[in-house]
Amino acid sequence: MIFVWGFMLIPFIAMCFIPFVKMKGKAIAVYSAVSMIAILTSYLAFRGLSGQNFDITLPGSLVSGPVQLHIDALSAWFMLIINFSFLTGGFYGIFYMRTYRSQAKNINLHAILFIILHTSLISLCAIQNSIVFLVAWEFMALSAFLSIIFEHEKIATVRAGINFLIQSHVSILFLTIGFIWVGSHTGSYDFSAIHSYSMTHSGALSLMLFLFFFTGFAIKAGFVPFHTWLPYAHPAAPAHISGIMSGVLIKIGIFGMLRMLLLIEVDYTTVGTIILVMSIISGVYGVMLAILQHNLKKLLAYHSIENIGIIGIGIGLGCIGLGTNNPVLCSLGFAGALLHTLNHSLFKSLLFFTAGNVYQATHTLDIEKLGGLVKKMPQTSILFLIAAIAISGIPPFNGFISEFILYTGLYNWMHNSLIVSLTGIAFTIMALVLIGGLAMMCFTKAFGVVFLGNPRQTFQHEVKEVSFLQLLPLYFIAAIIVFIGMFPGIFLNMLVKPVQLFTGIRQLPFASFQGNGMEALLSVSHASWYLIGIVIFMLGIRKLVLRKRTIEVLPTWNCAYAAPTAKIQYTASSFVKTYSKLFGMIFLIFKKEKEVEGIFPTNAHLETHPYDKIEKWFIDYPTTNLKKFLDRFTFVQNGRLQFYILYGILFIISIISIPLMYDKIIEFFEFLKEL
Amino acid sequence: MLSFIFIIIAATFFTGIIIRTKSIASGRKGPGIFQPIRDVIRLFKKGAVYSETSSFVFRIAPTIYFSSVFVAMLVVPFGSSKGLISFNGDFIFFAYVLGLGKFFSIIGAMDTGSSFEGMGASREALYSMFAEPAFFILMGSLALMTGHTSFQEIFSTLHLGSSITYALAVLAAFVFLMIAMIENSRMPIDDPKTHLELTMVHEVMILDNSGFDLGLILTAGYLKFAVYGAIIFNLFSGSISYGYAIPLFFIMQAFLAIVVGLIESFMARSRMNHNAQFIVVLSSVAILIFFGALLVSGKFI
Repeated sequence: MIFVWGFMLIPFIAMCFIPFVKMKGKAIAVYSAVSMIAILTSYLAFRGLSGQNFDITLPGSLVSGPVQLHIDALSAWFMLIINFSFLTGGFYGIFYMRTYRSQAKNINLHAILFIILHTSLISLCAIQNSIVFLVAWEFMALSAFLSIIFEHEKIATVRAGINFLIQSHVSILFLTIGFIWVGSHTGSYDFSAIHSYSMTHSGALSLMLFLFFFTGFAIKAGFVPFHTWLPYAHPAAPAHISGIMSGVLIKIGIFGMLRMLLLIEVDYTTVGTIILVMSIISGVYGVMLAILQHNLKKLLAYHSIENIGIIGIGIGLGCIGLGTNNPVLCSLGFAGALLHTLNHSLFKSLLFFTAGNVYQATHTLDIEKLGGLVKKMPQTSILFLIAAIAISGIPPFNGFISEFILYTGLYNWMHNSLIVSLTGIAFTIMALVLIGGLAMMCFTKAFGVVFLGNPRQTFQHEVKEVSFLQLLPLYFIAAIIVFIGMFPGIFLNMLVKPVQLFTGIRQLPFASFQGNGMEALLSVSHASWYLIGIVIFMLGIRKLVLRKRTIEVLPTWNCAYAAPTAKIQYTASSFVKTYSKLFGMIFLIFKKEKEVEGIFPTNAHLETHPYDKIEKWFIDYPTTNLKKFLDRFTFVQNGRLQFYILYGILFIISIISIPLMYDKIIEFFEFLKEL
Repeated sequence: MLSFIFIIIAATFFTGIIIRTKSIASGRKGPGIFQPIRDVIRLFKKGAVYSETSSFVFRIAPTIYFSSVFVAMLVVPFGSSKGLISFNGDFIFFAYVLGLGKFFSIIGAMDTGSSFEGMGASREALYSMFAEPAFFILMGSLALMTGHTSFQEIFSTLHLGSSITYALAVLAAFVFLMIAMIENSRMPIDDPKTHLELTMVHEVMILDNSGFDLGLILTAGYLKFAVYGAIIFNLFSGSISYGYAIPLFFIMQAFLAIVVGLIESFMARSRMNHNAQFIVVLSSVAILIFFGALLVSGKFI
């Protein structure tokens, strides 16, 4: 009980303090609140990971009934990820927000929202009551929305925020329908009711119920085609919020899916296939569009969609493993998904934070205007490089480990399956490989264009590295990225309990990640050590050899062209030109072009804006039509006060009279039937 | 361990034989087969010139590229003798560790701020992305046929019995050879002897490298050929005794080098925009092999 009180009181006290103290005090208040909550909940989470569940029942209210709090290994894993992201993101955010210190009120709100976001995300992992869950979910959505629109004087930011708000509420709508469905059938809003409902009802109904929850959570997680809010919300938000959003906010959707899988008894093979197909589409589509983006944060946002796809592939494989009673596939699938959730939260928040550094130094995120930052911001560049290698799934960093687990699962599945699933496996492998290759292309582009070469534009202000304290959390994240790559065994051991929850659904035998074709997961780290050892050895030799040699620094080879400028460099668009031509039919690229013509040519220009084809057909087309239809009812909104009062009265009358007249209406229908 | 030594030995003459074959095919006498090694040794003795645009990335990129190829080489087995690194799914590591090298060679090229090198980098990124699915599907089909997932186990249990397996092995050898050509930026994709920057892929990426760094890049290229040669050898070697296997290995490497030389002599480089299609064809062949593997393992119902 003391934990619950502490958990509720700490944020409350901090929130009361924040408006009344100076800037430094606010920072301390926010950070101490976040770290206290983090310590408190991490303690419970570590206990959960070691198998000691935390259970408590609060009295609740008349509406919700008793509220169960339950922290098992799955909640614990996500709570730890959330806490880590908030600790690093909060620390980074304190220094990132220093530029805005003149906007005291805005900062107050932002600080309070930061705490609310943290507490709501943590509590979502523990709450076992539908109504309270929805309230916490709403808290999370609203605080995220308000955090996104921090720079609300920009119209694009507000638009992005509202886009997020609407889509969040569509997600809430689906969840609400799912919860009410269960609530109306069982009369209880406890999560255990979902389980008992699915046990007593036929497979098709459970599947429908699961799909409702899946859709709701998929919107939050950003599965294609529900991904369209991500590319707007991420660039609009301040860097630390983008990092946290991509790192943990969208992961709460993944958490929701996993939780529902534990609760709802469905045909796991079907569900797994659905998730797998959607994830493959998300993964490939996300990265394909990421390559085209010119805005660094938008590019990273599309990569979040891709990585959600990879996580989803893991969940899909795990479900299929459950459905086919294949313990190896099941454990590897879920382990890959859970580990990739952690990995993605690490490297993606690192990427967003470094992008934030770039934005602070140059005031732009348009990668076509950047270049050569490695000389001015060497530390940011190295951090970005580490994260870029990790996200491309290349050894020796953490991204490779989780992808390797998924590959191992896939190749294991291959040995005992037949033609249909084998074709599926082949496609999944191809998709994973393609995602890896495309991600590499995307990040060589991003790193090469933003940090390498010559500056493409001269800035009026000095471009300089951010302060060391701001870089400190980034170094910490980078260290963990390397650490997971080197010692994956530690993290795999932590994953044993969460994975056992899933294998336990069907009582599949799974004790640890050893034997049964899984021993490779540990030796893969030896290979990474070899790799790092050889790289260091070769660098040493190189240094030794070059010590006595003459080293000159001369201009780049330009075919003897005498006056090279920064403009002759390959740009981001030219880097992906061949690619975008090749896959032209998938993309929608708006082009504004004025060609060079005449004997004395005047200015020519070319502008391209990549757009999302799925957004066009799935979001824009329906909304424009809906708008057209609803435009016919604009006469209702005529702006006269009398009418609004009239509407109010009509509403109240109908609310009161319809129940009263219910019997009469029934009688009327009976009468009609008799006729 | 054996593979490690033999691949290094094979790497010393592989490229030399290619060059010799090409010169004989074009009616010249040509340099000795150890000329490429002499070139590299000469480069190792030289100083270096760096572009003033470049940063530390450009300086470490060749070393990491070389190291990645070197580590990939450690994974490859020799017949039934394991490579230094061997575990289930090591071929995944093999492909991804080569990816690390590519990543660095691409950003190394971008670091010079040159228009040419960016062009090469862009092409390299695109082509290597396309070549990878073929490799994974191919290895997947071999894994399916043998029931194992590490290079050594796959190759030592791969029995070429029926005519269909021979057909599959030939197709697989073709795909591996083509992947080797793509990875090394050779003929149908790229022409190492072209003199125009605009038409190069790999050569243009290393325009600014010199001295020790260039030597490392060239050595990595030689090693890569020998590595793929060793994989193709493993495809056919099965579990024959070392007395036969060792000479066969070198004969096979020499034979492959001659084949590569002949391909390069009698084939024109395809147009840049046809390259992508060509590489996708490789994936299709790999899928063909996959269905063949299904047929062999009796899972085609």
